[in-house]
Amino acid sequence: MSVTSSDSPAASELAASPPRRRRKLQAWEWAPYVFISPFFILFLVFGLFPLLFSMWLAFQTWDPSTGLQGMEWVGIENFKFVLEDDWFQKSLYNTFWIAIVSGLPQHLVAIPLAYFAHTYLRKHRNAVVGVYFLPFITSTVAIALVWNSLFSRDFGVINMALTSIGNFSIAGLHPLAWLFPTTNVDWAQPQYTKWMISSLVFWRYVGWNTVLYLSALQTIPRDLYEAATIDGASSRQQFWHITVPLLRPMMFFAVTLTIIGNLQLFEEPFIITGGTGGINQAGKTAAMHMYNTAFVDSDFGTASAVAWILFVIIGLMTWANNKFFAQKD
Amino acid sequence: MTVTHRLTRIAFGLSFGLAFACAQAATTVTVASFPSFDEAVKAAIPLYKKAHPDVEIKLVSLAFGDHHNAMTTALATGTNLPDVMAVEVGFIGKFAESGGLEDLSKAPYSAMQYQNKFAKFTFPQATGGVGNVAAMPADIGPGALFYRKDLLEKAGISEGDLTKSWDSFLESGKKLKAASGTYLLSNAVDLKDIYIRTGLKDGEGIYFDSKGKVLVNSPRFAKAFELAKAARTAGLDAKIAAWSPEWSEGFKRNQVATQMMGAWLAGHFAQWLAPNTKGNWRSAQLPNGGFASWGGSFYAIPKAAANKKEAWEFIKFMTLNKDMQIEAFRKLDAFPALIEAQNDPFLDQPIEFLGGQKARQLWKVAADKIPAVAVDKFDGTAQDIVNAELDKVLEQNKDIKTALADAQTQIEKRVRRKK
Repeated sequence: MSVTSSDSPAASELAASPPRRRRKLQAWEWAPYVFISPFFILFLVFGLFPLLFSMWLAFQTWDPSTGLQGMEWVGIENFKFVLEDDWFQKSLYNTFWIAIVSGLPQHLVAIPLAYFAHTYLRKHRNAVVGVYFLPFITSTVAIALVWNSLFSRDFGVINMALTSIGNFSIAGLHPLAWLFPTTNVDWAQPQYTKWMISSLVFWRYVGWNTVLYLSALQTIPRDLYEAATIDGASSRQQFWHITVPLLRPMMFFAVTLTIIGNLQLFEEPFIITGGTGGINQAGKTAAMHMYNTAFVDSDFGTASAVAWILFVIIGLMTWANNKFFAQKD
Repeated sequence: MTVTHRLTRIAFGLSFGLAFACAQAATTVTVASFPSFDEAVKAAIPLYKKAHPDVEIKLVSLAFGDHHNAMTTALATGTNLPDVMAVEVGFIGKFAESGGLEDLSKAPYSAMQYQNKFAKFTFPQATGGVGNVAAMPADIGPGALFYRKDLLEKAGISEGDLTKSWDSFLESGKKLKAASGTYLLSNAVDLKDIYIRTGLKDGEGIYFDSKGKVLVNSPRFAKAFELAKAARTAGLDAKIAAWSPEWSEGFKRNQVATQMMGAWLAGHFAQWLAPNTKGNWRSAQLPNGGFASWGGSFYAIPKAAANKKEAWEFIKFMTLNKDMQIEAFRKLDAFPALIEAQNDPFLDQPIEFLGGQKARQLWKVAADKIPAVAVDKFDGTAQDIVNAELDKVLEQNKDIKTALADAQTQIEKRVRRKK
């Protein structure tokens, strides 16, 4: 090194000056750090450490019941295994399927719903919004159990309703039998599992999105609408040319949340399928695959690799979403 | 001043001394368990306190899955471990091979001396790869066939028709369906589950042999799949998953006539599954002269436990004490692993739910004949894969040979790389 500490003018000056008396730190100087420290301590313990540990773990093979000394370095072996694993691919396909089928309608329904609540329900808006929001704050486990009993093959309300329409008869004819089932549908069959989960996810988060859009609607200045009305714009034109463009930032935010949430989907499919993913793993999501790898197969290394691959995929999706919404500006 | 000073010092000294004495007197033994197995510990606490006033028992109970996950992570880090760990049979293989549990075959435990006091298949289950005994058996689950006597009589079927052979079992199911539309089984998967557990030799495993070789692509599994397929094709099963709401509803509404499972199921039936069908059920041996083990629980001591000596005393109390074993039998229908308890007059008592049948004697006969099946740490993985392939056979007409070959490849793929 060419520059040593003694060459530095600042350092030599420091060395030359007589030792300054250390000033005692005043309470107002250190207190703020104490006050914000809980966050940093908690973040270090529950945020950063697990993050680094799981990254380390992704390159190891480890059955946790053997203790920490049971770890063995395997390099990128875990990543190779996961990417070639047909179970992982299948669970990823399921995840995307559910994410799109439950996620897209959420926004297509939530925006008009929020617009309707904003424009026409001035007085009762809060009550209605509360009702929308209720599924979001209810326990997932409870909801999934309710869903299971609604869709129960023999005793479920859904089957009861569908078959009673299907078997509806006038003068011995069944006019609706071609459209509705006449016998109970077994919703546990693989072709229905993903629909069942998607319907639950849709119902659960549509209210959340509505609330997001509603809050964005409330920030749109009213004079824009007043000016448009004076110019003779119809309410449909106002919706398309004022509301939708000004909602775009919120759309970006809400869609991002949906992408992240849906790609991490776990509790709903886990409980609906009893933890197995259902027949032929039709409802097994990537997060469930990760859980099973860790806790059924006791393979925490591979599970960590799944987690990081999932992280990269979520990152890519969010980036694509960002591009999509940014392009139009 | 000085007086008060001295007094405080005495008080301090006294309280320190007291605290020390208390710490000496009350060793707290932590027991981690899960429902409803924890009932046995709850019942034991007051009795144990009487014999050991100096020991405090603290029970920590989590839901079944959570308990075993928590124990797995505790073993991983070697912290937060209880002194006594309850382990269900599905996890004993994994834990026995982990090396995180005390080897009870060594001193000071020397558990091998008790081996002959227990049902013969229990110790092999708790034995790990290096001959270590990881846990002491508490209860076992002799496989049994439960059937609805009233529904069978309506269809003109006898118990012998059900149990003579698998063919006669399925034939009875067809008669039953024709007579009253009742299903023979809740799920065809049960047939597979029982069949792969019967007819094993001592030392052989369900999915793996003692060297870890996968046994799935074998005549035993092929026959099990064929049986399940035959039942499904004939429409004999209600296609209900066990432990689902429909499952208990099916029993309550008299739609399912038989269920094969561990003997402990009688207790679940009586308490919550279908209490209204009391008196209509009976128990019999499994069809085709098979005997199978279904469930069971153990107690282990983690290597990092703080109070190993006291923990061992408590485990001996729970497993070697006949009265405690009978108490657990009475409370939660946990069939005792201890042979002395199996010879108790309690086994002669009629079971009200089973129409006064003395079924416990029947289960004891089964318990004596169950082979000493070896467990493997990857049994859970193998079970999931086999069930997934059976689903394909039942639901999508996948060829049984291909399904078993696929299951074999899948298991080898997911297991070998971890050895």
